[in-house]
Amino acid sequence: MKLRRLKAIAVKEILQVWRDPRSLMIALLLPFTQMFLFGYGVNLDLKHLPVCTFDREGSQLSQALFKHFRASQYFTITRNVKSYPEVVAAIDNADCGFAIVVPPDFSERLNDTGTASVQAIIDGTDDNTANIAFGYAAAVVEGYSNQIAVSWIDRQGKPLQQVQPMVVQSRVWFNEDLESRNFIIPGLVAMIMALVGAQLTSLTIAREWERGTMELLISTPVKPNEVMFGKLIPYLVLGWLDAAFCLAIAALWFGVPYRGTLFALFVTTSLFLIVVLSIGYLMSVLIRSQVGASQIALLVTMLPTTLLSGYIFPIDQMPKVVQDITYLIYSRYYVLIVKNLFLKGSSLAELWTPILFLVVYAAAVMILAARAFRKRLY
Amino acid sequence: MNGIHEAEPQIITEDLVKRFGKFVAVDHVNFRIGRGEIMGFLGPNGAGKSTIIRILCGLLRPSAGLALVAGIDVAKDPERVRERIGYMSQKFSLYRDLSVEENLRFFGGIYRVPRSELLERMRFAIDMAGLAGREKDLVGTLAGGWQQRLALGCAVLHRPPILFLDEPTSGVEPTSRRRFWDLIHTLAADGVSVLVSTHYMDEAEYCHRAALINQGRIIAIGSPEELKHTALGGELLLLECTNLGPTLAVLQNAPGVLDCSVFGNALHVLVSDAERSLAELPAYLEQKSQRPTRLERIHPSLEDVFVQLIAVDMANRRLAA
Repeated sequence: MKLRRLKAIAVKEILQVWRDPRSLMIALLLPFTQMFLFGYGVNLDLKHLPVCTFDREGSQLSQALFKHFRASQYFTITRNVKSYPEVVAAIDNADCGFAIVVPPDFSERLNDTGTASVQAIIDGTDDNTANIAFGYAAAVVEGYSNQIAVSWIDRQGKPLQQVQPMVVQSRVWFNEDLESRNFIIPGLVAMIMALVGAQLTSLTIAREWERGTMELLISTPVKPNEVMFGKLIPYLVLGWLDAAFCLAIAALWFGVPYRGTLFALFVTTSLFLIVVLSIGYLMSVLIRSQVGASQIALLVTMLPTTLLSGYIFPIDQMPKVVQDITYLIYSRYYVLIVKNLFLKGSSLAELWTPILFLVVYAAAVMILAARAFRKRLY
Repeated sequence: MNGIHEAEPQIITEDLVKRFGKFVAVDHVNFRIGRGEIMGFLGPNGAGKSTIIRILCGLLRPSAGLALVAGIDVAKDPERVRERIGYMSQKFSLYRDLSVEENLRFFGGIYRVPRSELLERMRFAIDMAGLAGREKDLVGTLAGGWQQRLALGCAVLHRPPILFLDEPTSGVEPTSRRRFWDLIHTLAADGVSVLVSTHYMDEAEYCHRAALINQGRIIAIGSPEELKHTALGGELLLLECTNLGPTLAVLQNAPGVLDCSVFGNALHVLVSDAERSLAELPAYLEQKSQRPTRLERIHPSLEDVFVQLIAVDMANRRLAA
C-alpha cells in the first residue's frame, strides 16, 4: 500500500463530497433532524394520561381518591361523567386512556370491612401504555389505601408501630429518575450513526461506476486497499463530526448525563464508525449502483439497529433464537457501550468484550470489502 | 518504417479470444505493435475494438490466447502492465466535478509521478490540451475537444511507453480531431506506442498501420498504402447502369471478375486486371444485352476499401453459416 496513492484518493473524495450537496446533506443535516425527531418522538414515559372519573357515590372518601390521582404527575383528570355510557364513549373516542369508577357503596364497605374495590377501565390498544398506566394507578390506589388503613387501625386504638407493613426502600442506580429518554437517546446516537455512516460510503464506489470514472481508475496501478482506505478516511472524519453533534445534542440538549471519559467515547465511537462505513463501502463495491447500494445499506443498518440492538427493545426479553441472532448485530455492541458510558461511566477496561467484538467486526468487513473490489469490468 | 516497428514489439497478441457467454467478441486476433508505432483499430460499432483494448489494459480477462504488453502477460500480471500504460476509455472518465488541475494532480498521485517532476508534467499536459488559464475550471464545464485532450494529458502524465486510446475523437469536431492526431504523432515520435480505435474511417490515414476489425476478427491489416493497394486482392472498377440487378447477375460470371457488389446506385466490380477488364467487359455485357452507362477504374479511398472488405466479409460469413 502506497501512502501517496491513498492520499490522492482521499483528497479527491473530500473535494467531491464538498461539491456534492446530496452527500453533504446526508452527512450534516440528517443527523440533526433525526436526533430531534427521534429524541422527542420516541418516548416510553407515561405522563399526564387523560383520565375519566365516574363517581357513583360522591362521598368525601371517593373525592379524596381522585385527589390522589390528581396529585400524581402520571394522570390528569380531564373528564367527570355521570353514567357508564359516557365512560364507554370517553374510552372509545380515545379522549381518555383510563377510567376510574367508584362504586355507590364505597365508603360504607370501607368503614364496615376495611376493604373496598374501585373499577379501572384501561384502553388496551397500546399495551405498553396500558401496562404502565395500570402499574401507576395501582400505586396511587395503594398509597391512598395505606393511608386509610393507618387511620382505620388508629381508630381501633392499636399502636401504629405494629401495623406498619413491609416496605421496599428502592433506590434506582444509573438512571435515577427512570427517564426512558436517558435510556433511549444514547442508543439513538448509535442508530443515527449507523444510518448516516453506511449511507455515505454506500455511494462512493457506485458513483464511480455510474459516472464511468471507475474504468479509468482500475486501469491504473492503484491497489484495492488504497482505494478503500482512501475513501473511508474522509468519511471517518465526517463521521466524527456527526458523532460529536449527536453526542453533544444528547448530553447538552436532552440532558442525558454523561459519566464516562471522552477518550473512551472517542475510541469506541471511532470503532463503530469504521464498522458502519465499511459496511456501506462493501455494499457499494458489491452492488455498483448508487440507488441499489444505498437502499441495501439502509436495510442492513437501520433495520437490525432499530430492532435487534437493544436500542429500544431489551435484548433479554427477546426469544432465545432472536437473542442469539443479536450477537451478529454490530450495533448491539455499540449500543451497550454507549449506554454504559453515558449512564454508568464505565471504563474502557470494563467494556473490553463489546470492544473486541467491534474490532473483529470491523476487520472482517474490511477484509471482505477489499477482496470484493475487483479491478476488472465484469 | 514497418521494419523498425516490428523489431521492438511492445504489444503482441496471439490467437486472442474473448467470449461473453456464447457470443464471441474477439475471435483469434493476432497483431504486433512496435515501439513508436501508431496502430489504428477501425471497424463498425460492436466489432470488438474496445474489447481488445480492455483486455490489453487488464480490465477484461481473455478467454483464450496470449496478450503481451511491454513483454508482460496481461492475463497473469495485469498490475505490472498497468504501470506501463496510459488509457483513455471510450466513455469520458475524468472527474467532472474536479477542476483541470485537481484531475491532473489526482492521476499524478495515483501514478506516483515524482513530486519534483509533477508540476512540470502538469504544465506539459495543460499546454498540450490548450487549457492554459483554465486550470481552475471544473472539467464538466469544458467542451468535448478540451475534455478529450485533457484525458490524453492525464493518460500520458506518467510518461507511459504504451498508450491505449479508445475512440478518443468520437463526438469531437473536425478541427479538434485534427489537433488531437497531431498530439498523438508528437507522442509517437518520442517512442510511445499508440493503439487507437476510431469509427471514423478517414482517420486510418493518420496511422502508421491500421487493422480493420469486423465481428471480432481482423480482416485486414497494413499501412494505409498497403491496404489501398493490396487488401482488396484486385483492382476496382465502377460501373453505372440502368438496371443494377440483372447486370450484377451477369457480372458475377464474367471472365476476370473476382467480385461484384452494389455501392450506392452503382456497382463496384473487383477484377484481377483493370486494364484488361476495361477493354473486355463492355463487349461481354453487350453480348448479354446489358449496357452500362459508365465504366471506369477507381482508386479507392480507405473508406471504400473498408466498406468493400466488410461487405465481402459479411458475405463470406453468410456463406459459411
